[in-house]
Amino acid sequence: MTAFASPPVFAGYGLGLRREHYRDFLETRVPVDFVEVISENFMVAGGQPLDIVRRVRERHPVALHGVSMSIGSADGLRRDYIVRLKALVAAVDPLYVSDHLSWSRIGRFNSHDLLPLPYTEEALDVVCANIDRAQDAVGRAMLFENPSSYLTFAGASMTEWEFLARMCERTGCGLLLDVNNVFVSAANHGFDPFAFLDGIPAQHVRQIHLAGHSEGDGLLIDTHDQPVPDGVWALYAHAVTRCGPVATMIERDADIPPLSELLAELALARRFNLREAA
Amino acid sequence: MNLNKMQRAFRRWLTTADAAAAHRLAEDPRGLHVYQNNYRVQLMNCLESTYPHLHAFIGDAAFRYAAAAHVGRQPPRAWTLDAYGAGFEATLRTVFPDNPDLHELAWIEWSLATAFVARDTAPLDPAHLAHVDWDRARLGFAPSLHMARLTTNAADIWSALQDGADAPEAAMLPAPAGAIVWRRGHVARLRVLAAPDFEALRLARAEGSFAALCARLVDRHGADDGVASAGALLADWIGNDLLTRVSGIRQP
Repeated sequence: MTAFASPPVFAGYGLGLRREHYRDFLETRVPVDFVEVISENFMVAGGQPLDIVRRVRERHPVALHGVSMSIGSADGLRRDYIVRLKALVAAVDPLYVSDHLSWSRIGRFNSHDLLPLPYTEEALDVVCANIDRAQDAVGRAMLFENPSSYLTFAGASMTEWEFLARMCERTGCGLLLDVNNVFVSAANHGFDPFAFLDGIPAQHVRQIHLAGHSEGDGLLIDTHDQPVPDGVWALYAHAVTRCGPVATMIERDADIPPLSELLAELALARRFNLREAA
Repeated sequence: MNLNKMQRAFRRWLTTADAAAAHRLAEDPRGLHVYQNNYRVQLMNCLESTYPHLHAFIGDAAFRYAAAAHVGRQPPRAWTLDAYGAGFEATLRTVFPDNPDLHELAWIEWSLATAFVARDTAPLDPAHLAHVDWDRARLGFAPSLHMARLTTNAADIWSALQDGADAPEAAMLPAPAGAIVWRRGHVARLRVLAAPDFEALRLARAEGSFAALCARLVDRHGADDGVASAGALLADWIGNDLLTRVSGIRQP
């Protein structure tokens, strides 16, 4: 295991790059400080996706956000995945490289969903060993995002925020704080979302996601298809007081609106930080 | 239950909805149902976005029937969701065994999807060709190139739907032809070739020898027409970025 420098602090405002807005980002000067892309969409051998990410990178800092590393897999990481990610990191020189505190794969099965982990000592050991290997491969400290979850496991020995704190302490990784995921998991599992925000190691937070959710059958579902709701903004206001100015973005994955609507939401986030600074 | 066993039980739940696996994972099944719904919807949506024209051609009910069968028989293995469409043609052969038009339409859409992200190659420099020793020349084709024999009008169906027009009725071709899919620049393309041109391309790609191609065409068409035919094919492959490498430089 190599000790890497902490990921840099970047107090900017960004958006996730989505296909619907490719032309805006390639042909106009979109007023954002950084752009986040889904790593797997660009971990390809060639063709237009790589050309697009290179051209966007010429205009903006780019954060790579993965969904398939499966950092919680009990049987380790996939070598072919790591090789492709490493190549993309070399091509893009990203602002951050992030993924989720979750698992997707076991053996030769890959669910393509962010599945929950039990917050146990065993899971912490597995996650930390996998993070060490991933960070060694990409040559830098990564960020890991707190997931939305719909399930808790009997036998958990710590809270999610205690797990995150110990994970950061042991591996030197940073945190990508998804405020909507805190809201969703708190509602689904009945914990206090402010206790979560007060419990995470704020000095490790380098990036914040803001998003919306939907209501399912007695559970909130992390759909990312809605504007950021008031409850999430209230948590964000508290997060800002704890984390200070860090890279903040609106994360919209479905029912993608015109870019102007997302920029208006991003302007709201800027105002929260201005209010805090005042 | 340790982490490995928990993750294997979770896999069982997602792929089989096994009640015993669910019971081992959680007392309250509501969350498990959310994950299973996410799993299935994600895979079904992936197939819909990979095979949009097949979906439009056979309609929502038939497509969802085939997609559900695929989800049931082929759990995802690759780290990228984009790979999940692989093998859908084989599922269609099982679900709709008497519809070669659907199998061929699926082949077209999957080939286009994979060609779109195939490895980049630099275009062939025509100036390079002046120095080639054609008796020894080895031919290399675009890594995005896919080839298949065509027995139905699936290419016409795809083209009509791509143009936003009504698709023709499915029909068998009067004589088998060949379809090729490859990428020029950033655009993946489909083209139908007459059987002789398809076989010539297949031979050149398999053997990589221009001399062998010429010999085959001379056998078929005679010396003058055979050589002329080989030259015309070569020009077509170069002009369309199908041929990306010619090795065998003439010694001074």
